[in-house]
Amino acid sequence: MKNDLIWMAGGPQGSGVDSSANIFARACCYGGLNVYGKREYSSNIKGMHSYFHIRVSPEEVGAIVDRVDLLCAFDAESIVRHIREVAPGGGIICDAGVLETKIFSIPTLTPPFMEEFRKNLDEKGLHPETVNDLLNEAKKNDVRVYAFPYLEMLKKIGKEVGEEQLSKLTRMINILTLGASFGIVDYDKKYVEKAINMIFGKKPGIVSMNLLAFNKAYDHVREKFGETGMQLKAIKTDEERIFLQGTQAVALGKLAGGCRVQTYYPITPAADESEYLEENQALETGNGAIIVMQTEDEIAAITMATGAALTGARSATSTSGPGFSLMVEGLGWAGINEVPVVINYYQRGAPSTGLPTRHGQDDLRFAIHASHGEFPRIVLCSGDIEECFYDAARAFNYAEQYQTPVIHLIDKALANSNMSCKMFDPHLVRIERGELLNETDVAGKSYRRFEFTRSGISPRLPIGTPGAVFWNTGDEHSESGHITEEPIMRTRMLEKRMRKLETADREIPLEEKINFFGDADAPAMIVSWGSPKGAILEAMEMLKKEGYRTGFIQVRMPHPLPKEYITTVLGKASKKIDIEGNYSGQLAGIIREQTGIAMDHFVLKWNGRPMSSDEVYGALLRIMQDKAPERQVLNGGS
Amino acid sequence: MALKISDYKTAVFNDWCPGCGNFGILTSLQMALVDLNIPISRVAIFSGIGCHGKIPHFMNTYGVHTLHGRALPFAIGAKLANPDLEVIVHSGDGDGLGIGAGHFVNTGRRNMDMTCIIHDNGVYGLTKGQASPTLRLGVKTKTLTKPNINEGINPIALALATGYTFIARSYCYDVSHLKEIIKKAVNHRGMALVIVQQCCPTYNDINTREWYGGEDRPDPATGKPVPRLYKLEETGYDGVVRKPEEALSKTAAAFTKSYEWGDRIPMGVFYQNELVSTFQERISQRIADYLKNPPAKQVIADGDGKPVTSIRKLLEELRVT
Repeated sequence: MKNDLIWMAGGPQGSGVDSSANIFARACCYGGLNVYGKREYSSNIKGMHSYFHIRVSPEEVGAIVDRVDLLCAFDAESIVRHIREVAPGGGIICDAGVLETKIFSIPTLTPPFMEEFRKNLDEKGLHPETVNDLLNEAKKNDVRVYAFPYLEMLKKIGKEVGEEQLSKLTRMINILTLGASFGIVDYDKKYVEKAINMIFGKKPGIVSMNLLAFNKAYDHVREKFGETGMQLKAIKTDEERIFLQGTQAVALGKLAGGCRVQTYYPITPAADESEYLEENQALETGNGAIIVMQTEDEIAAITMATGAALTGARSATSTSGPGFSLMVEGLGWAGINEVPVVINYYQRGAPSTGLPTRHGQDDLRFAIHASHGEFPRIVLCSGDIEECFYDAARAFNYAEQYQTPVIHLIDKALANSNMSCKMFDPHLVRIERGELLNETDVAGKSYRRFEFTRSGISPRLPIGTPGAVFWNTGDEHSESGHITEEPIMRTRMLEKRMRKLETADREIPLEEKINFFGDADAPAMIVSWGSPKGAILEAMEMLKKEGYRTGFIQVRMPHPLPKEYITTVLGKASKKIDIEGNYSGQLAGIIREQTGIAMDHFVLKWNGRPMSSDEVYGALLRIMQDKAPERQVLNGGS
Repeated sequence: MALKISDYKTAVFNDWCPGCGNFGILTSLQMALVDLNIPISRVAIFSGIGCHGKIPHFMNTYGVHTLHGRALPFAIGAKLANPDLEVIVHSGDGDGLGIGAGHFVNTGRRNMDMTCIIHDNGVYGLTKGQASPTLRLGVKTKTLTKPNINEGINPIALALATGYTFIARSYCYDVSHLKEIIKKAVNHRGMALVIVQQCCPTYNDINTREWYGGEDRPDPATGKPVPRLYKLEETGYDGVVRKPEEALSKTAAAFTKSYEWGDRIPMGVFYQNELVSTFQERISQRIADYLKNPPAKQVIADGDGKPVTSIRKLLEELRVT
């Protein structure tokens, strides 16, 4: 019996999907297992469908797969939405009270979904009316249905603890399904109890009520359904692991990296990062604190962070696409004034409001080109949660060393993925402040902020340093920072700024710009960036087992692009494959522009859902077998 | 050592139009800083875009010429990170009340301990005289093809409604009055706003020096002009809140005063309330050593580049094995 499990909890927003997923994942982690969880939610406060998809495995996991082994449906809609994902041999936990619900009268099922769902049923010659009809079809595919009356069980629990208020009891539907899940897989209760204590620890009354609900449901399914054929066993591990989401990894990296001013305007999914920072703003060692400012808009967010950076404090702002659109004028000002400011940019489906709570990788070109005019900038892309941590810290080094804005690209799939990963090692974080002067350095000298130098980097002085003054302006300026429109100065000053990009390109080590996986001389070479990394690595493993050799260039720094390396490694491959989460293959375009190398194959996805390893594997296999068109568009995920 | 006016001057050529009201504002600012004896390296002047925006270049202090309408958030960021700075923001009427209106409003809510001086001349000078947000309905200045179709903003009333704790008006050609108002504003504990009625001799041919001076309406008895501007303090008006219970009535009085315009235009301190907590105090309540150890002064790494910030406790909270 295999010891991995794909678990999903689905229900209306506000019904505790997140907390049940959190408890589920933690309980698995406590038992030595690895988890990778994907959170999908709507731009809505209460009532619309949301779900959490968690993959549990003895090995480290970095991506989702398409199938579901155990679906916890809090309501009828979750059954309808996800029933097709449940794999043969899997199970569905549902409320006996919704079995007679008419499928096509569920109000939150949207017309596009209904249309597609009905078409799919018609193709199979099926005409179910109720949820039960659907479940009966699933049973024919070897899916087991674990139905029990949620309300009745909750009322019994209520009686035992003296709680009659129905609204309080129905809040525990998530714990009931959680109990049933662990009962079905016969998982050791002690890990789950520990997780419940951890999540509700601050409210003892809630803990005991939830523990009771968990145990009731656990025992009930074991008693009523007997041998289920599914199993999840705790394993022993000596590895130190943490369980967190991408926004927390970024926040931790910023703290370790010395960020002391963070500005933000509320936006999904970036705001979680700022809230976590504010919650933990007082630093442990008592040597200061990070100030977190909620601003009136994103223009204020970037300009405030820039003003703070001018005084010498490491400063950042965190946003998503619509916010970054507003920030652009501030970005240009920081560029021409050579201010080290960091922007953590969480992409989501775009343009405009786009898919506010869904995944996307549409903004690589925007990050590289935003602003009128030309100035150097550095763009970093993290491929997983661990990279989010180290990159978030490193971004400040680049910003200060090259005195220019740094854009750290993250995406929704990373922001809202909760996963177990190896304990971060803060000792690996290094702080490089670049050419930063102080009072002693400038005493008795005349200081020029934008002094011409060979590297293009002019030694920097924080505003407020005694014994000196200087000027900043968004106009073109002289070495001292005063406005100039003189052609000779303009030519030299712009060239000085741009030279910093060449310096950065030369100085930053290749291992900080590129990760390479697989065979360097493989005939099939993949290029990608950001969150598809996990799915690609797993797909490569699957292909390897079938005898296909592949290599993978993960671009961590698309700007300045490590051109020579890409030319060398990609140039000799006979199948050049681009994988990314946008329509036009933006990275492929940048590579072609800068190296002349054109991709042979594109695997693209822009439906608002991250790539699964199954679909990436499928697409790559078709390429290996010479059965693939030039563009393959993935559309997985619900 | 006492500072002199010349210590605050730069050698940068000043290209404002002859007779520009900005000269009076620049001189008043320099005189105020001399009187206050603030070291040049502790002063940071922020400005937006427009004619006023060049003012930092003429000041021998730290000077930050920012974006159109954005001087306030830039300045707030700097003050937040280094509260020891004496931050003075200059903004235009189009700059601060048009494109930067959102920042103007939200700055009031924070009550940062700094000063904002608005150069209010009713026109967008640098783009050749379009109507600014303070130009009143129906007024047709020189380069407008038709009279202004929008009503003008009342910046004093707006500042009262949004939480500024020092609100004053002065006049660009009354250098000694403006100097004293700037000193009061800088000394004020909280967010200070100074509206300067500024003449634009090139584009505003309505609100001219002669108009403010009342040369179009001589006193029938003496034949001397009757100036439109008058000083609030000479009328017994007192806008200073000394007890919390006075705040509402003094706000209401200032609000009423702020609508006087035309034949009589009040200048002086409309409202001052130092009983409201400053942003710096609000942060200090959350972070006890904020003023002693603000972001700009915190040490973040040891000599070898090792971070000094421990995240051990947070990692422990996230730990699962």
